[in-house]
This record gives sequence, C-alpha cells and structure tokens, in this order.
Amino acid sequence: MRQVMSTEDLRRVTTRIAHEIVERNEGTNEVVIVGIPTRGRPFADRIARVLSDIEGREITAGSLDIGMYRDDLDTRPRTRIGPTEIPENIDGKTVVIADDVLFTGRTIRAALDALADLGRPGAVQLAVVVDRGHRQLPIRADFVGKNIPTAASERILVRFEEIDGEDGVWVDQGGDG
Amino acid sequence: MHDLLLKGGSVLTHEGISVTDVAIANGRVAAIGSDLGEAGETIECGGAWVGPGFVDMHTHLREPGQEWKENIASGTAAAAAGGYTALLAMPNTDPPIDSAHLARYVSDQAFRARNAYVVSAGCLTMERAGERMAHLDELWDAGVRIFTDDGDTVQNASVLRAAMEYVAQLGGVVSQHAVDRDLSAAGFMHEGSISSRLGMQGIPREADDLTISRDIELARLTAVRYHVQHLSTARGVALVKAAKEDGLPVTAEVTPHHLMFDHGEVLSMDANYRMTPPLREPSDTAALIEGLRRGIIDVVATDHAPHAAVEKDVPFEQSMSGVTGLEWAASVVNGVVGLDQHDFFDRISIAPARIAGFTDHGQPLAEGAAGNIVVFDPDKRWTPSSTRSRSNNSPYLGRELTGKVRATLLDGVLTYAE
Amino acid sequence: MNHLLSTEHLDRSTLEELLDEAEGFAEVLTRPIPKVPALRGKTVATMFFEPSTRTRLSFEKAAKALSADTVSFSPGTSAISKGESLKDTALTIRAMGVDLIVVRHTATGAPWRLAEWLDIPIVNGGDGAHQHPTQALLDCLTIRQRFGSLDGLKIAIVGDIKHSRVARSDIFAMTTLGAEVILVGPPTLLPLDPEAWPVSVSHDLDSVIEEVDVVYLLRVQTERGGASVFPSLAEYATRFGMTPERFSRLKPEAVVMHPGPMNRGVEISYDVADDERALILEQVTNGVAARMAVLFRLLGGEHDA
Ligand SMILES: [Zn+2]
Repeated sequence: MRQVMSTEDLRRVTTRIAHEIVERNEGTNEVVIVGIPTRGRPFADRIARVLSDIEGREITAGSLDIGMYRDDLDTRPRTRIGPTEIPENIDGKTVVIADDVLFTGRTIRAALDALADLGRPGAVQLAVVVDRGHRQLPIRADFVGKNIPTAASERILVRFEEIDGEDGVWVDQGGDG
Repeated sequence: MHDLLLKGGSVLTHEGISVTDVAIANGRVAAIGSDLGEAGETIECGGAWVGPGFVDMHTHLREPGQEWKENIASGTAAAAAGGYTALLAMPNTDPPIDSAHLARYVSDQAFRARNAYVVSAGCLTMERAGERMAHLDELWDAGVRIFTDDGDTVQNASVLRAAMEYVAQLGGVVSQHAVDRDLSAAGFMHEGSISSRLGMQGIPREADDLTISRDIELARLTAVRYHVQHLSTARGVALVKAAKEDGLPVTAEVTPHHLMFDHGEVLSMDANYRMTPPLREPSDTAALIEGLRRGIIDVVATDHAPHAAVEKDVPFEQSMSGVTGLEWAASVVNGVVGLDQHDFFDRISIAPARIAGFTDHGQPLAEGAAGNIVVFDPDKRWTPSSTRSRSNNSPYLGRELTGKVRATLLDGVLTYAE
Repeated sequence: MNHLLSTEHLDRSTLEELLDEAEGFAEVLTRPIPKVPALRGKTVATMFFEPSTRTRLSFEKAAKALSADTVSFSPGTSAISKGESLKDTALTIRAMGVDLIVVRHTATGAPWRLAEWLDIPIVNGGDGAHQHPTQALLDCLTIRQRFGSLDGLKIAIVGDIKHSRVARSDIFAMTTLGAEVILVGPPTLLPLDPEAWPVSVSHDLDSVIEEVDVVYLLRVQTERGGASVFPSLAEYATRFGMTPERFSRLKPEAVVMHPGPMNRGVEISYDVADDERALILEQVTNGVAARMAVLFRLLGGEHDA
C-alpha cells in the first residue's frame, strides 16, 4: 500500500475546496453541504467547519444516504443504509455533494436521484477528495482534491481520523496479496 | 436334493442356538444340521442369525380404500424386504374391516401377492365409531383373532366393557390404540419443552396413561386378553408391568420410532416425525428400551403407516400422522436395543405370533415345520435410501442403521434376497 | 441472512443492523414522496393463509415504498380453496417470477417448508403460535426510538404468551438486545416450561407494574384449544388489564404497547389506549420501516463488511 496524500495534504485540500466553494457561489448563503456516508460525511463536516470560519457563522453539513438508490445492487456488495439528515430545505439552493472518491460515477448518479426525492435544488455541485478516473457516466466533479490516475484493479483508500483513526490517502495495488 | 441350503448361520431352534445349516425342500424345513447334501441354491449365512421370519402385529396396508398410500402387494413386498413373513393388518381401511367378507378380502389379496402371510385385525365397533359392536362373531369365524379400532380409541368405557366381555368369551384379544380423545384433541406433538418452544399444541403423556390405566381395570373386570398398542410413556410401561404382576393377560408393543427418537426431532418441524402417540422425552425412550429388554413390553410392532407425499410434504400440523417402518424395524431394534439373538427373535417374531395366534409363523426352526425364515446379519451397517412401499414417509431414510436382512423365505420360497 | 423465519437465532449485531437500517427507512416514510427506488424491478408476493389485513398491508406498503411490485395470494381467491397443496401453490408463485415471498400460515413451520421448496428468500409473516419476527423488529424499533436502547430495560409481556407468536418472537429479540423480560399472566396462558426461556414469570401484574419500563399487552382470546383458559373477560380485565389505575402507577417514562388489534376495555382500557404513552400507532408506522429493512436486506444483496 502506497501513501499518496498525508494528513497535511488532506487538510490543505479541504481548505482549498472550501474557498473554491465560496468563490464559485459568491458566498454560502444559498449553499447546503451534504456528505455521502460513509466517508463523504467527515469530508463534508470538515468543509463545513472551514466555511464556518470563513463566513463567521455556524454552517453544518448534512448526510445523504444513497444505499436505497443504487442501480447495481445485483452486481456489487451493497453498503449499509445510513442516515439521511438534511439541515435545511434544499429547494432552490445550491447543494454541494461531498464524497471521498469519484470513480464510475454511479454513486453520484444515485445521490442525484436521492436529492431529487428530497426537494428541487437550484444547482448541484460535486466535491471529492480524489478523482481516480474510469467514469461510466457523464459526471464530473466541480471541486477535486487530487487527480490520481489508477488502474481499474487498484483501490483508493481515503481515511479520516473520525472513522479510521488516521488521515491520509493510500493506493492499494489490489491483486490477491 | 434340497431346494435351498442356508449355510453356516447361527440358527434358533427349540433346542437353542447353534451354528449349523438348514435345508429347505417342498416349502418346509427338511433338515437342520451339517453335511445336509446338495441343494439347488445355497445362501451363505456366516455371521448371520437364522430364525423364524419376523411377525408384525401392527401394519397399515391401506387396502381397501387408500391405495394411493399403499396396497397389499406393495406393503407385503416392503415387509419381505424387512424380514417379515407374517403381518396383522390394521382394520382402519376404507371401508373399515368390521365384517367377515372384508377380512377375507385382505387375506386373499395377500395370498395372491405371495410376499407375506396376512390376517386382518377386526374392528371392535362398527365403522370404528366407538358405538355399536362390530360383527365380532362373523369376524371370528373369518379367522380374526385381534380386535381393535386402531387409529381411534374406544372412548366410551361402557361400550368398551361390553366389547371386551364379548371378545373374552370368543377367546380373542382386544387391542387398543390407547389415547384420551379430549386430552389429545388439539395436539400435534408431545406436550413439553419442544412444543412450548414451537408454540404447538401438545399431547400430554396422560392422554395415553389415563386410557391404558382405565383399560387395564376393564380387562381385570372382563378377564379379556388386552393388548396395548404403541406404548410411548414410561408410566405406560409401569402400568403394564403392574398388570402383569397382578396376573392379568395384558401384553404390550412398542414401535421402532418410539425406541429411536424423542421429541427433540420435532424441532425440525419435519412431518416425518409426526406420529400418534407422539415422540416423547428421552426418559420415556429409555423406559421403553428397558421395558423391551426385560420383556415387560412383549413385542416390537412397526405401526407401518404409509402416507403419500401430498399428505406429508406439508407443514407439520397439516400432515397425516404416522411413518413407515417394515423395512427397517429389525435394524432399528437391533441397533438401539441390542438384544441377544434369543430375545431379539422373541420380541419381533415369537411373541407377536403367539399373541396374534399365528401357528405357522414365529416358531423356532424345526424339521418339518413351514419354511418361514429370515436370515439377519446383526452387525451389518447400512443406510436406507429407497423403499418398496408406495410411500416414503420415513425418518430412517438417510440414517445409518445396524443390522440388515440378508434373505426372507415364505413357505420355503425366497421373498427377499440381498 | 437468506430468509427471515425466526428471531430465535438472530444475533445482536444482525438485529442492530436491521434496526439501524429501519431508522433510515423510517426517515423515507416522513418525506413528501415516501418512496425510494431500492428494489425497482423486484416482485414481492404475500401469501396469507390466515386473515390479517394489517400485516399484509404493512408488508405491501413496505414493498411499494421500495419500488418493488407486489402480488398477493389468499386462500379465498386462489386455487388453495380448490384443494391445491401448499407446495404446488408455492412453486406456481415462484414460477411467475416472484423474488421473495412473505407467508403467514396457521400451521407452525409453514415458512420453513417454503424455504426448503423454493430458491428465493422467505419472510415469516407469522406461523401458528410460533414466530412473527417482523413484529419483534418493529416492537424493538419502537422501544429503541423511545429509550435509545433496550439495554437494561424491564419489559413485561402480559397475557396469552402460551399461544402467542408475537411473544415468542419478542422474547428472543428483546433479550438479545439487552432487555429483561417478565412474562405475566394466569398459568393457563403461560408457557409450560418458563425456566427454559430467558425470562422471569409472574402471575401478578400489580407486583411488577411499578418497576417496568414497557408493558406489552397481548390480545386476549377467550377460547383456546377447545378449553376455556380463564373464567371470563371481566375477570381477566380486572387482574391483567391495563386499567387507568394501573397506568397511573407506572414509572413516568414507562410506555404501553400492543400488537393490535386491541380489545379496548379488556386488555387495555379506553383511555389508556389513546394516551401519548401508548405507542400503538408508532408501532404501526414502524412496522412499515422495519419490513422495508427486512425486504431490502433480503433482496438488496449482501452488504460489504
Ligand atoms: Zn395406533
């Protein structure tokens, strides 16, 4: 397993993305941050914390479970159903979806479906820690921490202190080792 | 030249048990001893027991009326494979055997099939309704010696008393499926920890014990020969023991399944463990085994009760009660109880023939006697995987058993050979 | 987990996962459009051989909220009344392309037979007096929402435990989740062998009323197995009913539950049934969420570790 981002890298990237969100949306009054469980959630919380500092008011992130929206339940192990908690009405707002890794795009498609059932956002943007390529759908991220070209067999592990006890990003070569 | 030679088996005769040969000719035992000369066919009996063919005094052959479950030809074929040469057919057919012509029909059908000698038991009451006496005189004249409403119990003590008095005067036996109707009515299995866990209505032991106790007192009153079918409880064994100690002509039977299994099997909710009386507790099973060893229980009887798949491959409570047993009864008894050759043949052949009044069956071998013989290997392990019965409602299929029939002879002719 | 037949062998982590997921589905049910596409393209069949509109509707609502199609069979309208065997009916339904069957049957073990005959998940919607696992899940979900956890709670199950599949399922689920269960009723309505169960037993509701957190009242039926099992409904109500007087002696945070349908005036008084601390309607709502979790668990594929 090879580490490709350190604790410090992760912190820097989060701060940068928070600033980009403010810049792109000319502030945060109309912005709602939601993380996709499991590891999109701590990423969203950290972005919200930086935004709170920038904006000088309490901004909390929500949680958007997409387990009930996947279209590939027959072909891959499913994730557990997690909580969906949206801090405010999203109608007309810009919703920023936060996730750890952007890969095939299917998770994000499911997230868009889930959002559509919860309200009618004015716009939806996507923030990810890592974009590893191999898209299967016409989806791209608005805010990317780091582009890491990978082989399809490799795995990207984004770890957060809150869940995994450490911060950082690793590439696992896969195989049966 | 003899027709058949049974060579080198452990042979049960009136003199005792010895390793020797048995020659068969013209349907009879021609000679017992060594160097008996040539025979058309020889069966090696080394390591096996040779004795009188088994006698079952509790077989449901289902004919007439329920041939989708079994008929006399298929049931007796299963019997031959299990080492049986004689059967007492239970009269709960459709119509029930409450008249002479029906009893004769059963024997005639069996005679045609040539697999086993069959006599029908007769009903005690018309249509087994427990109200009016069946045609007991006529049945007696047709050869019926045992009277029972098996499947049902004669609940009314007054009706039973009268029937007992009548049968006593004939010299017959009243045989009772002894279960109290009210205590058992709603039940499907033994009332105990397993029924409680499954939420199933139970049948308490007392359903049997109360009826056996009542019947023994009526037998005392009427001096009838009384036979308790399929004992399932420890208390039932004690009641029979006490009756015998009082000198009453009371006999009893136990089935292979009550010797081998207890109510724990029902946790599977498999309908092949549904029977009447139900499988009870390990302490009952132990008392039944001990009772059979000590001769308090006279007889092993199969209660061979075939039911079709549509009647058994259903939820437990909706299934018919009963299991098949003719083909593996001897193996189960041998494996579970471990009797010596003498006692083994006593419980599964000699005693049932004596109670049922069969004279050409269930006798230790003797020169000149009818060639109704079984060769049974008590050490052979095997796992039943198919059946000659029309039904396969058996909890023994797929279970390893100890002891197997090598050959069965009915009037000197092989009805089964391994 | 291939089927949901019983709570007897469900371990704590499985139960907790199901309840966690049920919470997620409970949220879906509060949305303006209470529906997710999770089981789109799947078909859930309900086979109810015993009349129960409530449970059947709850399962059908759960399936529909997950975008599954539903088909339903009942003996009154299907070939069962023409003498077709349960096995043939089950095989026929399977051949129609059904992905999961919810079965309710008067005979103990019927769902086990279906699980044996068919290659699709079977959910036990209640078999005889044996098991009713989704009822236990919704009950535990309701208690957990109220108290945060079942750990250390004292739960009295009152009434006809002997003939109750609800009690049999609840006892195992509740105790596995850390609750202490007391069975309360006259001897004719208690199991024969309470020592074999992870419970204690009382014949006196008044002696336990002040110490319990949950009073779970079972529905009363006067006739069982052909024999009467208590003298009269009035006597039962006096000794084992949740009267206003008993209700007033409960701990202030204690709650009352009932699997429905209630006999008001017998096991529960008119007023108590409508109290905020009677969670009967919450149980109904949670029934849909709990059943969604079960259907999703069985049809949504295995989840990763
Ligand atoms: Zn019987």
